[in-house]
Amino acid sequence: MGAFILRRILILFPTLLGVSIIVFLMLHLTPGDPAELLLGERASPEALAELREHLGLNRPLLEQYGLFLKRLLRFDLGETIWTRQKVAIEIRQRFPATIELSVAALLISCTMGVLLGIVSATRQYSLFDYLSMLGALVGVSMPIFWLGLVFMLVFSVNLGWLPISGRLSVGVELEVITNFYLLDALLTNNLEAFRDALWHLILPAVTLSTIPTAIVARMTRSAMLEVLRQDYIKTARAKGLSPFQVIFKHALRNALIPVVTTVGLQFGVLLGGAILTETIFAWPGVGKWMYDAVMQRDYMVIQNGTLLIAGLFVVINLAVDVLYAVINPRISVR
Amino acid sequence: MNRTRTLCLCLALALGFALSAQAAPKPGGTLVFGRGGDSVGLDPAYETDGNSFMIGDNVFEALVFYKDESVELEPGLAESWTISPDGLTYTFKLRRGVTFHDGTPFNANAVVFSHGRQMKERKVKFFGQGWEIPPQERTPEYWVSMEMDKTVEAIEAVDEYTVVYRLKRVEAPFLANLGMDFADIISPTAFLKNPKEFVRNPVGTGPFRFVKWVKDDQIVLEKNKQYWDKRGGPYLDRVIFRAIPENSVRFLELKTGNIHICQFPNPADIELAKKDPKMKLVSQPGMNIGYLGFNHTKEPWKSNVKLRQAIAHAINRKAIVDNIYQGQGQLARNNIPPTMWGYNEQVPLIEYSVEKAKALLAEAGYPEGKGLEEITLWSMPVARPYNPEGLKVGVAMVADLAKVGIRARVVSYEWGTYLKRQREQPPDMDLFQLGWTGDNGDPDNFLAVLFDGLASSAIRTQWHNERYHELMVRGRQTTDPAQRAEIYKQANLLLYEEMPVIPIAHSTVTWPMLKKVMDFKLHPTASIRMKNVWLEK
Repeated sequence: MGAFILRRILILFPTLLGVSIIVFLMLHLTPGDPAELLLGERASPEALAELREHLGLNRPLLEQYGLFLKRLLRFDLGETIWTRQKVAIEIRQRFPATIELSVAALLISCTMGVLLGIVSATRQYSLFDYLSMLGALVGVSMPIFWLGLVFMLVFSVNLGWLPISGRLSVGVELEVITNFYLLDALLTNNLEAFRDALWHLILPAVTLSTIPTAIVARMTRSAMLEVLRQDYIKTARAKGLSPFQVIFKHALRNALIPVVTTVGLQFGVLLGGAILTETIFAWPGVGKWMYDAVMQRDYMVIQNGTLLIAGLFVVINLAVDVLYAVINPRISVR
Repeated sequence: MNRTRTLCLCLALALGFALSAQAAPKPGGTLVFGRGGDSVGLDPAYETDGNSFMIGDNVFEALVFYKDESVELEPGLAESWTISPDGLTYTFKLRRGVTFHDGTPFNANAVVFSHGRQMKERKVKFFGQGWEIPPQERTPEYWVSMEMDKTVEAIEAVDEYTVVYRLKRVEAPFLANLGMDFADIISPTAFLKNPKEFVRNPVGTGPFRFVKWVKDDQIVLEKNKQYWDKRGGPYLDRVIFRAIPENSVRFLELKTGNIHICQFPNPADIELAKKDPKMKLVSQPGMNIGYLGFNHTKEPWKSNVKLRQAIAHAINRKAIVDNIYQGQGQLARNNIPPTMWGYNEQVPLIEYSVEKAKALLAEAGYPEGKGLEEITLWSMPVARPYNPEGLKVGVAMVADLAKVGIRARVVSYEWGTYLKRQREQPPDMDLFQLGWTGDNGDPDNFLAVLFDGLASSAIRTQWHNERYHELMVRGRQTTDPAQRAEIYKQANLLLYEEMPVIPIAHSTVTWPMLKKVMDFKLHPTASIRMKNVWLEK
């Protein structure tokens, strides 16, 4: 097990190198450059030339990439082109916001999705089954953008239950330590801020969770249906076990393998969805930051941001593989 | 007698009402300003975007101010100034008793430092003990694009409260340039404490001081209690600039009262705001121009004036303003906005007339468009302050041109590429849309930088006209404002006659806000000033 994890961690490096090369090439092959966008209509050729020189954009591509790698090896992510801030600091400020949002959305989609899936599978072709699968279809097809606005109109503007956007209300003070607001509020024993931050998290998290919830629900349902037809379930029932025990102890555990894979993959979907969710809900996270960077061709932000997300993805996949073994001891990781 | 008394009583009552309507500003409160994006940085010398400048507008001040609702100049951190008869020496007498937010006294050395750090060759002299100015982080974009290095020879602090600028050339817009954001005066001690971090910790003399910045979320300013000008504000205790990227969400926040002012709403929301009893609208014609240019490096555009005029009459500009600007625009008569001096009312409004266009087309040698290949009409892929939807405008223009027999198609590129290729004036570009937002309220900043192709190959419309060039040079070298206004009026007329570009529209800025926000005025330069704003309880 230990060797397996170590090997997977070692694979991380070539993966990231590959990602960095692809991203770097894609960036420099797409038209448009940051200097032109930074200066806009008033750009003069001299000013452009000076800025390109300053940013190192006029050097050969290979040299630029080499420089980027060299810095990376020294754990120096460089400086952003637009805000002239260390990329590492920008990430530290924004990443926690995205993680807070994604984890909340993941929790919602796992619990909701698995529960809906189980109930649908055990009551196949019932009204509940039809309704929940219809809901899942709608959830997958609904544009996040539109859904977010509808939630806002209903729950914030009309009912007044939840705040519209942002992470914290104006006037609520919070001493920021980790930039995970919920955690910071707990660390500083600030219950008012905790409640406020939690309230702000609900709408964006629910919006972001709709697609993964739908996918997890459908996946759980079909996996459960398959398992429930197996002989050992019949045996378990024949033994006189309670339906609860049959479903949760015998069926669910075996049905979970494909579900866990799906959930792991959903994390990528979440990060992608985070771009839209963060924009609508004015959530100051990585998604919105990366999106702006692409529009502004802030190479440093895009390069480092994609590396970060790719790295995260690899780590989550690793976690999923390890989870297989935990859920089903018959699978051994080597 | 009785009647007189009644009349007097009525007058007194009316006066009383009028006075109570002009309520005195009440201090206190927090104002939340909802905007579309976060600031990029807060060092006035290096910023290029509106979201950054609006913080600087309240934290920093310059030697000269623009008046409250116009681009006329008034004394700012400089109490007065004199210009030598040859127009080459500007002497500023500075205001005494002003301190920066960090306690550093404001004086001539601070001015020399703030502007000296932007010079390429630092010909500066401090009074008494000065500072070593650290090297530039990057090019100070505005200093360069306003050609300050080509204008300023040296900056000297003559005594503690006198600064002298020696110029290399007579440059009439110089004074107006000093009112711009890049020319704001910063605290040298705050800057030198950590030059790399000043961009995130701005210290100026303005009515509000910087408190904190949560990236992509909010910037918090608080009242400068020691503000030097005791005649008005600041009245607000705090101002919070919140970034809410989505227009409709920002408007919802206004509707629920979580923010006080909503920048750049969707046009449909402006209609909603009109009906909302809690809201009011504040409007200001923007200092900008959206135009349709010709590729003057190639024929037939270069020398066929009749053809250019034909196209001008063929395009239904009013329909574009009504339908695409959705009422948030003003049909352009000149190539400068009507709020600017030098505007020429005598210039005729370009008439939309298919017949006239066809007649001119025939005179130009292309009857019914015969003899013209399919032409390209470049259109911006992004919304700009002067044009909300370049592509839609392009499509409308193509349809208009088809009515007179000219075949055209819309061409677009990613924005950076568009700007780059447009400047190169490639042969595959016939017509192009572009525009401009003014910097300093001086007509030179529109008429010379946009259309005087003879001045530099960097001018985006490479129109070469000796008479126009001569007017522009004269405009720069004349210091008398009345004479200058006359010169620019002539230039505007010449632009109509020669039609090197077709002026389309000036956009209008309209922002909804809560009724309790008092004395908020939109400025033609687009600066956001919170100094005299107050909240009705």
